[in-house]
Amino acid sequence: MDGSRRAFLKTAGCAILGAGLAAPIARTVGGAVSADATPGELKAGRWAIVVDVRKCLQRENCRACIDACHVAHNVPLIKNPAHEIKWIWKEPFKDTFEAEAHPHLDKGLAGQHVLVLCNHCDNPPCVRVCPTKATWKRADGIVMMDQHRCIGCRYCIAGCPYGSRSFNWQDPRPFITTGIKPEYPTRMKGVVEKCTFCTERLLKGLAPACVEVCNKVAGPGTMTFGDIRDPGSDVVRMLKTGFSIRRKPGLGTEPQIFYLV
Amino acid sequence: MYDTGKIMTGLAAVLVMLTLPFWYSAATGKAVEKHDPVLPKTEKKCVESRQYMRDSHMDLLNRWRDAVVREDRHTYVSQDGTRYEMSLTNTCMKCHVERAQFCDKCHTYMGESPFCWDCHLDRKGVL
Amino acid sequence: MLEKALHGSRRYWTLIGFLSAVALVGVVAYLKQLSTGLVITGLSRDVPWGMYIAQFTFLVGVAASAVMVVLPYYLHDFKAFGRLAILGEFLAIGAVTMCMLFIFVDMGQPTRVLNVILHPTLNSLMFWDMMVLSGYLVINVLVAYVTFTSENKGVHPPSWIKPIIILSIPWAVSIHTVTAFLYSGLGARPFWLTAILAPRFLASAFASGPSLLIIFCLVLRKYTKFDAGEEAIRKLSEIVTYAMAANIFFVLVELFTALYSGIPEHKHHFQYLFFGLHGHNALVPYMWTSQFLAVTSLVLLLIPKIRTNFKYLFAICVGVIAAIWIEKGLGMVVTGFIPSPLGKVTEYGPTLLEGLITLGIYAGGFLIITLLYKIAVSVREELEA
Repeated sequence: MDGSRRAFLKTAGCAILGAGLAAPIARTVGGAVSADATPGELKAGRWAIVVDVRKCLQRENCRACIDACHVAHNVPLIKNPAHEIKWIWKEPFKDTFEAEAHPHLDKGLAGQHVLVLCNHCDNPPCVRVCPTKATWKRADGIVMMDQHRCIGCRYCIAGCPYGSRSFNWQDPRPFITTGIKPEYPTRMKGVVEKCTFCTERLLKGLAPACVEVCNKVAGPGTMTFGDIRDPGSDVVRMLKTGFSIRRKPGLGTEPQIFYLV
Repeated sequence: MYDTGKIMTGLAAVLVMLTLPFWYSAATGKAVEKHDPVLPKTEKKCVESRQYMRDSHMDLLNRWRDAVVREDRHTYVSQDGTRYEMSLTNTCMKCHVERAQFCDKCHTYMGESPFCWDCHLDRKGVL
Repeated sequence: MLEKALHGSRRYWTLIGFLSAVALVGVVAYLKQLSTGLVITGLSRDVPWGMYIAQFTFLVGVAASAVMVVLPYYLHDFKAFGRLAILGEFLAIGAVTMCMLFIFVDMGQPTRVLNVILHPTLNSLMFWDMMVLSGYLVINVLVAYVTFTSENKGVHPPSWIKPIIILSIPWAVSIHTVTAFLYSGLGARPFWLTAILAPRFLASAFASGPSLLIIFCLVLRKYTKFDAGEEAIRKLSEIVTYAMAANIFFVLVELFTALYSGIPEHKHHFQYLFFGLHGHNALVPYMWTSQFLAVTSLVLLLIPKIRTNFKYLFAICVGVIAAIWIEKGLGMVVTGFIPSPLGKVTEYGPTLLEGLITLGIYAGGFLIITLLYKIAVSVREELEA
């Protein structure tokens, strides 16, 4: 009796498992995803941004790039610093470039704030640690995020040496006070988000929102976006105009945001 | 069989619980009516056949999602050769303007709450 | 066999009732977190991991420590651990279950937990941790079930189980090593970026786990007819002594490197932990308590007269567990984030709901351990009757 009951349960279990596995296999197939590139899309071997700190600092309270980015991407405005979401923002020079700061640094620089955003590292630690491939490096170097895939473990936040990633501790929608833009999705609670170099704008042939507005407001060349592998590109040209530094270069992450100082 | 009484009572209780929805509607006469989704008046044809969309729209949307977000591919070629931009808000919701009139009708009836709407919006920007 | 858990004394049922009630409160608190988000915790942008991940880390150690009973018994045929082996395995089962629950409640999107398996990512230590933990659970359930049923029937366990038991030994080491690698592979967090993290984790695990086992043995001796044997408990206390000595040594090694080299990004974390940084010192009293308890228990353990007195031993084990719990379950995780990579000091303290969820998981884990131990005890009592 006991043996046969056990055998029955085993068979029944296997049958249920089999039925469950058969369902996804028997799924129908529809049309095909085209491999063609989108016409007019901006393409690059390796995207990068050059920030001309000298020009940026001349406009101390300027928030043009920050507002443009945060409005375009439905980034919520959360007052509590513990739960803030930020894609691009300003940090004191001495904290951003810890290794470069010293007590005798030019006062003009030491007390100033510089622009920080995701560095779209060539060797991104966030990508290395993510357990679900919810974040990865695209062929053009952009470190992308798939909020559908993200399980919200925050390992990428622990791995990022720049504090560039934000977690949605709560539903962000009530905090989007500037009016939600329906053409760009918001995020849900429990997932990580960050700067994407405006992949949705590159697709339409436009530069990232921050770069576009910055060059209008602060003058051309304050922020430059381009292909760092192309010797004739604007970013390569800008880097020749002065001395440039990157954040925490010693960690081997190879950041792709360059600061002209 | 040992404990015949207990086992039979247990089985009967489970049976009653499983069929409870039927007894409930029979007793109250308040069966949930099926709500037909409102189809767009401007368009006659969806991305794929009606049957395919009914059965597999969720698979289609998952494929679109992965192609757009993860592979940077944005064009879909349907079985009849028409090309579409793969976008929930910009393609699907261009015709099915109001989520409440279309998506929600069946989803609510089926007790489904897909997490699409936690992030994506319909064309009216209705949350 | 399982039905043994359904018949017990009034005391047994009171314990079951209490643990169930606390677990239930935890479930209710978790439902609140599930609907509102992790905003209900004390976690923040700067300190994204806290109580849950720290408990997970501490309990991986408790789970791994089963090897300290399994190894002498099965590899060295140390007969005195005969009755203890099953207790160690059952403790491991409870501890691994708690580990998994702590990871689960820490997730922002828990319904997507299977993404880790659906999209296996070999470069992520989190993936490997999930693999080794589930593997360890399966191994322990299998080994415990097979050896226990054989003992129950009075026969030798089948020979095929032996290689699996042997496998469980390196596997136990692997779960805590992989857990240490979760932290020590991050260039962004200099506090954890130390090769000694994994050895330190193992040393503290082999002190806290066997201490917990000693406490359980002493409780079972007092309230049931199950006696692990004096020799076994003595041996365990020696293991705790060695492990505790190693643990304190490793901490000192760590402190020397960070403080003598004086490299700010390494030094600042230890400064925060032991002295406070920029006026923030929430963890300072706890850390000094932990160090005091650790050193005191080691000194007492080193004195044979005290170590062999079970009354004192009980108190010492409580001290060892408290010291390591503060060090691992409070200080280790949070301090990695303080100061932040941008030099900010944001402190962390768990909220009430976070505390209730934590207690709920502990209650659930101890419920599992209680039920399993009850079965072990009843079977043993029957065999001896």
